[in-house]
Amino acid sequence: MAYALQQLINGVTLGMIYGLIAVGYTMVYGIIGMINFAHGDVFMVGSFLSLIALLGLAALGITSVPLALALTLLFAAAIAALYGWTVERVAYRPLRGSFRLAPLISAIGMSITLQNFVQVSQGARVKPIDAVIPGGIQLMDRGGFAVQLSWMQIAIVVITLTILAIFTWLVTRTPLGRTMRACEQDLKMAALLGIDTDRTISLTFVIGAALAAVAGFMFLLYYGVIDFYIGFIAGIKAFTAAVLGGIGSLPGAVLGGLLIGLIEVFWSAYFSVEYKDVAAFSILVIALIFLPTGILGRAEVEKV
Amino acid sequence: MTPLRDAFLSAIVALGLCGPLVGLVTTSGDRGLSIHARPIATAVVVGLVFLGRLAILSWRGRTRAEAVQANRAFAERITRAGKYVTPVLLVAAVALPFTGSRYYIDLGTLVLTYIMLGWGLNIVVGLAGLLDLGYVAFYAVGAYSYAILATTFGLGFWTCLPMAGILAAMWGVMLGFPVLRLRGDYLAIVTLAFGEIIRIVLTNWVSLTNGPNGITGIPRPTLFGLAFSMDGGSGTFAGFFNIEPEVIQRIIFLYYVILGLALLTNWVSLRLRRLPLGRAWEALREDEIACRSLGINVRNTKLTAFGIGAMFGGFAGAFFATRQAFISPESFTFIESATVLAIVVLGGLGSQLGVALAAVVMIGGLEALRDFLSFLGDQMNSEVFAGIASELPLYRMLIFGLALVVMMILRPRGLVSGRTPSVALTTVKEIAPDLVAQGRG
Amino acid sequence: MLSVSGLTMRFGGLKAVDELSFEARAGDITAVIGPNGAGKTTVFNCITGFYRPTVGTIVLTHPDGGTYPLQRMPGHRIASAARVARTFQNIRLFAGMTVLENLLVAQHNTLMAATGLGVLAVLGLGRYRAAEAAGVKKARHWLDAIGLTARADDPAGALPYGAQRRLEIARAMCIDPVLLCLDEPAAGLNPRESEELNQLLLRIRQEGCSLLLIEHDMGVVMRISDHIVVLDHGKKISDGTPAEVRADPTVIAAYLGEGEEDEVPA
Repeated sequence: MAYALQQLINGVTLGMIYGLIAVGYTMVYGIIGMINFAHGDVFMVGSFLSLIALLGLAALGITSVPLALALTLLFAAAIAALYGWTVERVAYRPLRGSFRLAPLISAIGMSITLQNFVQVSQGARVKPIDAVIPGGIQLMDRGGFAVQLSWMQIAIVVITLTILAIFTWLVTRTPLGRTMRACEQDLKMAALLGIDTDRTISLTFVIGAALAAVAGFMFLLYYGVIDFYIGFIAGIKAFTAAVLGGIGSLPGAVLGGLLIGLIEVFWSAYFSVEYKDVAAFSILVIALIFLPTGILGRAEVEKV
Repeated sequence: MTPLRDAFLSAIVALGLCGPLVGLVTTSGDRGLSIHARPIATAVVVGLVFLGRLAILSWRGRTRAEAVQANRAFAERITRAGKYVTPVLLVAAVALPFTGSRYYIDLGTLVLTYIMLGWGLNIVVGLAGLLDLGYVAFYAVGAYSYAILATTFGLGFWTCLPMAGILAAMWGVMLGFPVLRLRGDYLAIVTLAFGEIIRIVLTNWVSLTNGPNGITGIPRPTLFGLAFSMDGGSGTFAGFFNIEPEVIQRIIFLYYVILGLALLTNWVSLRLRRLPLGRAWEALREDEIACRSLGINVRNTKLTAFGIGAMFGGFAGAFFATRQAFISPESFTFIESATVLAIVVLGGLGSQLGVALAAVVMIGGLEALRDFLSFLGDQMNSEVFAGIASELPLYRMLIFGLALVVMMILRPRGLVSGRTPSVALTTVKEIAPDLVAQGRG
Repeated sequence: MLSVSGLTMRFGGLKAVDELSFEARAGDITAVIGPNGAGKTTVFNCITGFYRPTVGTIVLTHPDGGTYPLQRMPGHRIASAARVARTFQNIRLFAGMTVLENLLVAQHNTLMAATGLGVLAVLGLGRYRAAEAAGVKKARHWLDAIGLTARADDPAGALPYGAQRRLEIARAMCIDPVLLCLDEPAAGLNPRESEELNQLLLRIRQEGCSLLLIEHDMGVVMRISDHIVVLDHGKKISDGTPAEVRADPTVIAAYLGEGEEDEVPA
């Protein structure tokens, strides 16, 4: 029981990270119907930006942890947003309205580029850091097994929920959100009605990248070690989460992220760590067979 | 916006992008990570972006319409030239070993492996319009099937080759059966996940696959029972023909094996295209619902495409295993799937010639890049380049990624983009690419 | 020939078709008409297996006496075994394939049977060559019928709209149907093309295939149909010969329109 509770806590934490990345996938897919393959790598870049910012701030002598974290988060999100914007501008916009597979290959190319760019510029070795927020609270101790809820985990959940609340407000209550939803419904019609679709799409990438950077920031703090390759697997899993939740649905992305996080953690805890990714992907395959549109996806009636 | 202003803004964006990642480098030391500034490298990158943007802007004086026109003219030229290019390529492929250069034969073998993979995937993606992002899984199944059968049961290459193909096809059908009713990107992500699953299983099922260490000592193929070993005994190629045993003989033999396998793949695809099955694949790519209304069993037809594509992947995998004599899960990563898919898309979906050209350009290009970078590294022995000379080979994949983006932007429909009808009442007329669908599946 | 009884189709809370029963007799041209959103296309999709009806049976009887419960058959079997062909409201041709290829794809099952599991035909053996020649001959027959022989080697997507409509009908005929279902075949045709279409449909009937059509164009319907079923809001409101239906006051009321707001998507 205590063990399961601990896994639940860990799973939710991990799920929050996946959920944040998944939102970026689902937004882009909703609007332009493409898998933004480079999104996982933007997450990785966000993680490296956080690392650099943390080290840089420490070198500048900023010792207040909350201040350093806040600055790091802002910095990583801002620069990652610039990455998201650039990726869209360079690799996707010239291919808008083109054949279906060209943007996909371009996205894969961008993903390879970002990975190798970070490898070349920052080195291939893993980057470990010390725990920034150590400690936590002990929830219970039963049968010699102590259930730990670390400050870090609390921080991750709180930050994710705050960001998601802001994001939900942005999408549902602001003119920007309205144009985004309009573009999602029908890009051509939105353009005819005078919406600057290029700008809206750019903004979607910017927001998605910023969210991924937040996830990257938390990934760095939670695991304490990153390398240039983390974006690939995390990216696939987050996309899996988006599909599982019903692609195009924002709450679905978060829900899917939580599910993938939980599956992965519980599988590792009770079965085998080696096959945790197999478990996550197998669940995806099974889920898609029985729920072809995902959990919260809109059922599409086939128009003939 | 004037070009200068545009380039200046690009440089500012580049500064924002590279300032942190290039300008500040984290290095591990005794007391954990430390951070250093690298202003010169940043300045160089930003400068390059500025100049590069200027160059692009001045080169791209022509309008979009002109670009489309030029693209179409180019595609038509290639298609027309196809009649002559195909035999020339074929003769060159057959004649290549006569150069006697081990380097070129090895490179040719590598390119041919990718051509074969490209042709195999072309059946799935190009003809049937099913997006498969995990093709490497079948390549891996073929390679491991051969390696395990050969090292455990002592079976030879030619016995195992069909088995490897059949096993891969079975995996294709098993995977396809539940997922082929999924459409579009769902299928893409499921196949991608499947590719990863296979790789993870290969890494962790140590008792069968020897895990990350891989399988060594995979036997080489024989020529009608004649081995290519160095002892020159009576059962060997050299012994039988009474010549000096040389490594190059085996290399050349392997080259002709893959050439034969690739040509077999090509021949079967070309035949199938003219048969009802191949036509049904293309019809599926065009309109699945119409196919259903005409009584075509959509699922089975997709399964055959998936299975046959997987089979050729399996053949190629078995060849890969026998050529390397060593395989490990590292050879079967997503990047392989991506490369093969990129070859198919760059070649022009459904075009056999295009795929071959794209494989030559991409794989040959990557190798040329490797040589060029190491050559460049060797030249940079002055102090100024101390930091970069040894790292140059790492830039290869970075350039490859960028090249993929650039190639797609320049030629979104691939090198050979028209479609040749499979049958004609009077004359065969090329179909313009704008009419041909790419499939939703 | 075709007997629909108690057919109901629900989409969530919406009843697109409500307890519909009608008969289509062999050798007749039966038309299903009704205002926009009356549920005509839904009925069609149920008959041709694209939707599975919530309740009800659809039974097809072949001239040789064989019966097929269409509501239970998988979509492709409805075409291959029960021999019900259809066209679509938005033309669904294989645009990137030639006209001839379109017609050969329609003969897929016949041709496939001649390939000896594919292996023989790949090797160039067996009787496939003869089968394909027969297939081309049949295609040629329908090409002549729709006047597109000269364009056989052009991509279907490059044909003018009216020709695409006719080609879609020819393609459907290549599966040798006993019942051909046409979803608004005259939509978007000019009067001359519309008249050519009438001739084509009459010719198809002459060759022994029954027709079921959905149509908006009253001119077409009244001139060629033998029997008309009128739907409104998913229910049958009238059923009979063109003259009877024309005189039916409920039909007139439905067409003049009342309560347009609560229409059901077709």
